[in-house]
Amino acid sequence: MSTGLVVVQILNGLQFGVLLFLIAAGLTLVFGVMDFINLAHGVQYMLGAYLAVAFYTLTGNFLIALVLALAVALVFGLLLEFLVFRHLYDRDHLEQVIATFGIIIFLNQAVKTIWGAAPLTLPIPEFFSGSIALMPGLLYPVWRLVIIASGLAIGLLLYILVGHTRVGMLVRAGATNARMVSALGVDIHRLFMIVFGFGTMLAAFAGAMIAPILSVEPGMGDTVLILAFVVIVIGGIGSMRGAFLAALLIGLVDTLGRSFAIDILRLVMPPSPARTVGPAIASMLIYVLMALVLYFRPAGLFPARGR
Amino acid sequence: MYKKLALIGAIMGLSATAAGAQDKLKVGVIATLSGPPAVLGQQLRNGFQLAIKNLGGKLGGREVEVVVEDDELKPDVAVNKAKALVDRTKVDFVVGPIFSNMLIAIMKPVTDAGVILISPNAGTSNFAGKECNPNFFVTSYQNDQNHEVMGKYAQDAAIKKVFLMAPNYQAGKDAIAGFKRYFKGEIADEVYVPLGQLDYSAELTKIAAASPDGIFVFLPGGMGVNFVKQFRQAGLADKIKFLSAFTVDESTLPAQKEAALGFFGGANWAPNLDNPQNKKFVADYEKEYNAVPATYAFQAYDAALLIDGALKLTKGNTSDKDALRAALMKANFTSLRGPFKFNINHYPIQDFYQVKVAQRADGKFETQIDKKVFAGYSDPYAKDCPMK
Repeated sequence: MSTGLVVVQILNGLQFGVLLFLIAAGLTLVFGVMDFINLAHGVQYMLGAYLAVAFYTLTGNFLIALVLALAVALVFGLLLEFLVFRHLYDRDHLEQVIATFGIIIFLNQAVKTIWGAAPLTLPIPEFFSGSIALMPGLLYPVWRLVIIASGLAIGLLLYILVGHTRVGMLVRAGATNARMVSALGVDIHRLFMIVFGFGTMLAAFAGAMIAPILSVEPGMGDTVLILAFVVIVIGGIGSMRGAFLAALLIGLVDTLGRSFAIDILRLVMPPSPARTVGPAIASMLIYVLMALVLYFRPAGLFPARGR
Repeated sequence: MYKKLALIGAIMGLSATAAGAQDKLKVGVIATLSGPPAVLGQQLRNGFQLAIKNLGGKLGGREVEVVVEDDELKPDVAVNKAKALVDRTKVDFVVGPIFSNMLIAIMKPVTDAGVILISPNAGTSNFAGKECNPNFFVTSYQNDQNHEVMGKYAQDAAIKKVFLMAPNYQAGKDAIAGFKRYFKGEIADEVYVPLGQLDYSAELTKIAAASPDGIFVFLPGGMGVNFVKQFRQAGLADKIKFLSAFTVDESTLPAQKEAALGFFGGANWAPNLDNPQNKKFVADYEKEYNAVPATYAFQAYDAALLIDGALKLTKGNTSDKDALRAALMKANFTSLRGPFKFNINHYPIQDFYQVKVAQRADGKFETQIDKKVFAGYSDPYAKDCPMK
């Protein structure tokens, strides 16, 4: 294996990591700030993708479709907050899990009823449809660079919003001690609503951005949800910085594992068993990583301060 | 007193149904109708119901009641639903399922009860060979065959170096084995990915680095949509011949569209297969369900025709099982695929084609027959089947 190949695979790993961060950001925000387990984050991601497809079909313009999808996702998220989540903030995690799991089932079925069970697609916006040659014979779509850029931008935005604004300060205070913040005269429910709405929009944004490279289908959020949870558990629940670094770490470990597990195993065992064992180990790696992190650092690699 | 009356009523009810056994034929359909692969189950159900509609709501002259059940792609659910169909609904036939692991789950409960099971899709090797079953008929294929078609094609077309990829589970390994049964050229690499993988950057990089002449993949459903889009976006589609099975078909093409143009698959049928009965079927299906039918729909349609033809021979009688099995074995119907007969293991002997993705004049995408690869082809497992 050449150095060039390793470099490209590392880039692929980072790219996958940013993609994961895009999905996990909203989840860790809601989980960290509101101490609320929102399993419905995955279906909100799915909804973002479907809305983007629907509005693209109507308007034929990706940007307009994206904006409309975000707006509708936000309205829908706030509706869900009003109807369901609001009543669960004070309940324990088990009840939150059950209620939000119900939303998963409901929305997956609803999407299937409205748009059908067949997978849909969203074309890459014309302006970004080019590609660059990463190595001989392999092109890298510009759209993937756009996804990376938007992931980094979201990271920066959250860093500034949460760390350096007044709302962010309240959010952090609310995360540490909601009752005290409430006693100081802050409308904590409104604050939670804002955070939740923002989290919903992040999920929908991720769904809409990723739709051009993935299949848009019912249940597409479920696989992603598990990966997103692995990210925030490894990173430290509620920590934005942790989620970002953990996403990159997982992206790298997963991609490099898939790329080189067989080659590495071939050094120590004959090729045939290496071919059998390699993929099995590669697909376990991130979960092994999570188990190790939980064993040595139960609060995650970069736990949020004050928790 | 009331109890007694109820009992008498029940007995009278029983004798009434016994007397009217010829009344209504009951057929249970089991398919995966929820989760990401629901579209396949819907094609199966639609194809079956379309056939009954075209036959005037009757099979073999008898009125039909169809009970559709969702196996949810869970073996335990499939078993429960199958048992309920057999014990409670008292169906005469069970048609289904889509997935092989569901077939293995429902095989015993259905066939042990003496009910005929007709699979319009899944065709595992065990039931084709040693464990072949007199009450089990297949209107699709043996699972390996579509992969073998691609292997044979690659060998005949003298494609030198091929890169293989499939999900890391039994069907994936069977796919690769089926391909290699006929392809004797160089294998650039053999890659197994986790089921449900989203992003294929790492694999695409490997493929580009190996620079093969062709690639063979078995990536069903959403995996195929993701891979085909990303393969095209990576600019590999112009250089590497794309061979596949269950990866580009009418269930995924609405999402793959242009990205899959010119890609190859192996199949026993395609919507443009040129015979009058198939032309009518495709037109009817598109009119009724506003989608291009895939193999799942046509194989279910054939399953209904198979039952219809057999019941015509037995004059609608389903109680003499030996006569019914013999009638089914005769395959007394005109299949949408043309020539069709059953092997001793109740799997079809049929032609296989290399199909190619194309866009029709109306803008829709479908697979089209490119070349016949096997004629009158039977599976290699039939020789192990003890049935004669």
